[in-house]
Amino acid sequence: MKNKYSIFSLIKNAFSGHENWQRAWRDPEPKKEYDAIIIGGGGHGLATAYYLAKKHKMNKIAVVEKGWIGGGNTGRNTTIIRSNYLWDASAGLYDHALKIWEGLSQELNYNVMFSQRGVMNLAHNLQDVRDLKRRTHANRLNGIDAVWLNTEEVKKFCPIINTSPNIRYPVLGGTLQKRAGTARHDAVAWGYARGADEMGVDIIQNCEVKGIKRNGVEVEGIETTKGFIKTKKIGVVAAGHSSVIANMAGIRLPLESKPLQALVSEPVKPIIDTVVMSNAVHAYVSQSDKGELVIGAGTDSYVSYTQKGSHNIVEETLRAILELYPIFSRMKMLRQWGGIVDICPDASPIISKTQIKGLYFNCGWGTGGFKATPGSGDLFAHTIANDEPHRLNAAFNLNRFVSGDLVDEHGAAAVAH
Amino acid sequence: MFIINCPYCGERDQTEFSCGGEAHIERPKQPTELSDDQWAEYLFMRKNIKGIQFERWNHIHGCRKWFNVVRDTSNDKIHAVYKMGERPPVK
Repeated sequence: MKNKYSIFSLIKNAFSGHENWQRAWRDPEPKKEYDAIIIGGGGHGLATAYYLAKKHKMNKIAVVEKGWIGGGNTGRNTTIIRSNYLWDASAGLYDHALKIWEGLSQELNYNVMFSQRGVMNLAHNLQDVRDLKRRTHANRLNGIDAVWLNTEEVKKFCPIINTSPNIRYPVLGGTLQKRAGTARHDAVAWGYARGADEMGVDIIQNCEVKGIKRNGVEVEGIETTKGFIKTKKIGVVAAGHSSVIANMAGIRLPLESKPLQALVSEPVKPIIDTVVMSNAVHAYVSQSDKGELVIGAGTDSYVSYTQKGSHNIVEETLRAILELYPIFSRMKMLRQWGGIVDICPDASPIISKTQIKGLYFNCGWGTGGFKATPGSGDLFAHTIANDEPHRLNAAFNLNRFVSGDLVDEHGAAAVAH
Repeated sequence: MFIINCPYCGERDQTEFSCGGEAHIERPKQPTELSDDQWAEYLFMRKNIKGIQFERWNHIHGCRKWFNVVRDTSNDKIHAVYKMGERPPVK
């Protein structure tokens, strides 16, 4: 049984110089066989293992991770959480996640620093205004909070935005989702890892999957750098490397993996207390609790697994940021990095069974997977445990690329793709 | 970000080019005969290789011609460039 984190445990450990904290999860060697194996120890994978153990009472579960947990896109994103998607299927999926976020710190007994500071999406031309107003109406019909703000209201909500009508892409208004916000990304991985570990899930780090063993149409186990592990159910949550794993299993996915960049500035005093996104000029910005501006840039246009990204992409984003926020013109950027995002043709994820029995994929989250972490884990666990999708992820099956029933969120969501 | 050796213009920065994705995907000869599975395969399924990938590029801010590139997607190193219609080099 793990020690519960509380103000009392904090005080108690302060007296012993913080040297007696219990480790948050074990570092086990893989067993010979598991009931289910999750490939990928990011937020989504760890959440999947957590809900498999908690809600579906499966007790022999392993998460295998080639590096360290949360070292991929979980630790590389800009931590934005929102659910203001246009289509019913997406709204259901992302708002399911948002509802879990609202109670997640309590549930995990781990402070994920979920902060509902609001997310504002700006409109810069007449088509933006029409699209975003339409999305606001669609959101409200789906029970998701959304309001339209005119230019003055945008300025009032975030005073540092340049709302002059004379800039290249003037701010004509925007939408606001107040329940949206940010969370501490590492804490999400660590919180789920600690919770899953407590229920007996083996989290096996530095263990790379080298092959998937199949017996005809059924999976039998995985070949790893730590040997063969037998299992009847494999859930793949490998983000940018999903196609690599799919190739091992001999199936094809409709994905392309591209570098997506983010960068942070030097830390400054609080200056922006919300998240502002602009699709048209491709700039989004928020401020971390440490005081850094967290800036999200775009994807490169070509397939790459390099986790770097091109300089011109950063340049475009910073150009837009400077026009919208002239106050940042003297800021120095501290760090820049890339993560490999797996993008579906319709910019919606895949949480699905495959034609191989016992092989499940949770992928295609593209540029916006972090926000969905708890919901994605919950629904993927349901899909694996029952061998059937949940009502909320039924539309996100792999077969939609054959049937043509796509969930086309490319231009429709407020996302910057 | 890398340099691409356009077969018509010579070495230029990658930002002058537009990537057209995986190369050598053949357009169906009899579109009316295709099943839904075959359409999905043609339209959506991609190799998305980590390693040596054959892909199409267009020198969009230059000669505007299409050509093929052999690139290692794990380190962005380009191994070969060849014109449309030419046989892909064997790796």
